[in-house]
Amino acid sequence: MATSYLDKKFSLWDWLTTVDHKKIGTLYFFAGIFYFAVGGLEALLIRIQLMYPMNDFLDGETFNQVMTMHGTTMLFFAATPLLFAFMNWVVPLQIGARDVAFPFLNSLGFWMFFFGALLTNSSFFLGGAPQAGWTSYAPLALDYKGTDFFVLGLQISGAGTIMSAINFLTTIFTMRAPGMTLLRMPLFTWSTVVASALIMFAFTPLTGALFLLMFERMFDAKFFDVAAGGNVVLYEHIFWIFGHPEVYLLVLPAFGIISDVIAAISRKRLFGYHSMVFATVLIGFIGFMVWAHHMFAVGMGPTVNSVFGIATMLVGVPTGIKVFNWIFTMIGGKVQFNTAGLFAVSFIPSFVIGGITGVMLASSAADFQFHDTYFVIAHFHYVIVGGIVQAIFAGMFYWWPKIFGKMLNETLGKWMFWLFLIGFNLTFYIQHYLGLWGMPRRVFTYLPNQGWDTANFVSSVGAFFMTAAVILLVINVIVTFARGEKAVQDPWYGRTLEWSIPSPPPEYNFARTPIVRSNDPWWYEKMQGKKEMQYAEPLAEIHMPNPSIIPMIMAFGTFIAGYGFIYSSWFGVFLGFGITGVCMFIRSIKDDHGQHVHPEGLHVEKGVHHSA
Amino acid sequence: MSTLDFKANGLPAHPEKATQEGRAKLVGFWLYMSAEAVLFATFFGTFMTFRNSVNGGPTGAELFAIPMVFTATAILLVSSLTSVFAIMAMQRNLASKMRFWFAVTVLLGASFLGLEVYEFVEYVHEGHTFTSSPFGSSFYTLVGFHGAHVLFGVLWISTLLLRNINRPIDTYVAPKYYVASLYWHFVDLVWVFIFTIVYLFGMVG
Ligand code: HEM
Ligand SMILES: [Cu+2]
Repeated sequence: MATSYLDKKFSLWDWLTTVDHKKIGTLYFFAGIFYFAVGGLEALLIRIQLMYPMNDFLDGETFNQVMTMHGTTMLFFAATPLLFAFMNWVVPLQIGARDVAFPFLNSLGFWMFFFGALLTNSSFFLGGAPQAGWTSYAPLALDYKGTDFFVLGLQISGAGTIMSAINFLTTIFTMRAPGMTLLRMPLFTWSTVVASALIMFAFTPLTGALFLLMFERMFDAKFFDVAAGGNVVLYEHIFWIFGHPEVYLLVLPAFGIISDVIAAISRKRLFGYHSMVFATVLIGFIGFMVWAHHMFAVGMGPTVNSVFGIATMLVGVPTGIKVFNWIFTMIGGKVQFNTAGLFAVSFIPSFVIGGITGVMLASSAADFQFHDTYFVIAHFHYVIVGGIVQAIFAGMFYWWPKIFGKMLNETLGKWMFWLFLIGFNLTFYIQHYLGLWGMPRRVFTYLPNQGWDTANFVSSVGAFFMTAAVILLVINVIVTFARGEKAVQDPWYGRTLEWSIPSPPPEYNFARTPIVRSNDPWWYEKMQGKKEMQYAEPLAEIHMPNPSIIPMIMAFGTFIAGYGFIYSSWFGVFLGFGITGVCMFIRSIKDDHGQHVHPEGLHVEKGVHHSA
Repeated sequence: MSTLDFKANGLPAHPEKATQEGRAKLVGFWLYMSAEAVLFATFFGTFMTFRNSVNGGPTGAELFAIPMVFTATAILLVSSLTSVFAIMAMQRNLASKMRFWFAVTVLLGASFLGLEVYEFVEYVHEGHTFTSSPFGSSFYTLVGFHGAHVLFGVLWISTLLLRNINRPIDTYVAPKYYVASLYWHFVDLVWVFIFTIVYLFGMVG
């Protein structure tokens, strides 16, 4: 029995200092699931308030806070970290690497996200959460103290996100196993490449926009002071230059997960691999040229609106390529409808519905009618919940055995799937009509007898179904940890490299670096009658990075500095940045050569020896 | 370890790229710089939006003085050159020569900063402050952000120099020096854009 990365005795210190990408993935996963639950609870509160006309379950201000934090939490603190969890868990395994390029930075990225999310959410207890919507438009946002928490929390977690993106890209560019050419990489790895590039070029404008907001609120800058010659539309532009790529950087990894899962459950190679890669890159590229479709109603004029409308519709082409490729992959395959498969298959129509309403919204003339109504809410929930969340569930059931060595329960999983599917469509399908019937978004209540009452009630009932589904998921995770069925190395008869190593993998993933001889390298070796991969090297000592507590303290410093800014305390700012600075200094002057470990089966005198 | 992989002059031709860690560092750093370029682009865009929104205060044409800005530019460009000398020395394994050129780079960077502080104080006296107008806010955001980068670079290179004052060049430290010099070039390049877009365009109005 090989020793896995999980075999070490549990200790908190180990988790705080870990630089193992699998453990960092796990940290991202549980933090992400936690915020998914928080955001879900907020959603439930929203739907309870809107269940009946003139309801007084939440007052207007509380509603706005809950609504704002729902969007912010789900996008930045749930979806992003959950996808980062998969990237951390899976990408190094898929490219045959033992680690990531910058393990220290990887850990720092996680802790920045962690403290940023904590800071933003602490606003609930410190005088009120942000309440200007997740877009936080100036000048509205300038009126609220909560905005400071929004700005600083996102600034900190955003910096962490950018670091992680750089780490993933460098890992994929420099650490692939021999033979793993770019055009042999699994689709999930490819989507990580493109999503990371989107992060690098989209989160940086967000950083800029947040700085502008911060300076305006804290240092009395005049960017948005129209009387002094400022301009509020500038904020909208910068925000959406970030915002649209943001939605794509979330959905592309979801596409990647679905591509891998569909190929695996169909027992067939992915149809049109090259066109899939091309479509992924193209979507990322076009994603930067469409931002103004969120601003059709601002008054940019018909020419600008048409250009951005047409550019937006173009995105439908590569997206359509993907949809057809998934369908063609399944045709003629032996499709296994396990839980991962069910989620992956139901992803397709859900996402297509969201894509079609997207193209409708892109018709700028029609968008004057749709804009700021529940139609938009229905659109983006079909792509985000029907798309991203279902993909995350599919990925969870698919990779869980590899990461934790246990199979999630299939019966509970299927119950969850059906509850979720029904709930999701109940909640959001009717919202298309609500929007067309004129119900505006971001309102905390409405008058009865405008034809919206039943639809709102139905929509809220759906939310309870989804809640039940998520509770089943939590139960499933607990049951599986307690007494789940042990996973074999290759439970799905998989195709990619991660299935060629034990479940869960050893700390160093690959005792010997494999040679990649084809797309779907593991499937290829199996078809050649091989029981294991071909190797590029003999068994030898393995070089691994040292664990470190510095990333956590460094991120903690920014957390303190964040409160310093919020409460205008220069002492807090200097203390916080001082802590961060000292950590950077220590990191910079201390040599860190890593350590050497001995893989299973390599016989040496005795024990593990460390050397520089 | 490949640290002891001696070739000509006792070092591989490109000591910064001789190890996997070194190569990763370079790739990662290029990515970092491209991300930062977009952040600067955001501030450039903001500045260009507001370059004429002076809110009754002094305009760029009234504020900017050629000799000072020109001196600052010359200082920074020369410091880029000296950091190139430092890297050339590093690649030839001439440690003390490398240190000398890096020290010159740091001094030039510090004098640039001194000049910038002087310049800002001057502007504030003339009524061009962070809060006086959108022009002021966006000017100090952009130029100040660049200044903060110069400051960081000065501290970074100084730390490297002091930490390794007695240490020969090897493949462990070479990527560190190299990356610091890349950063320095990046900061200088941004300044070239600031010089053109903020000052030259500003002076013609
Ligand atoms: C073919 C693909 C898509 C098209 C053509 C499209 C088009 C649009 C348009 C035109 C709007 C603006 C509607 C308005 O405010 O009036 C919009 C809003 C939105 N879309 Fe999409 N979209 C597409 C895919 C996606 C995807 C994949 C996601 C997320 C993963 C997404 C998330 C959103 C969000 C969050 C909003 C609302 C933002 C807000 O106002 O708060 N869209 N979409
Ligand atoms: Cu968009």
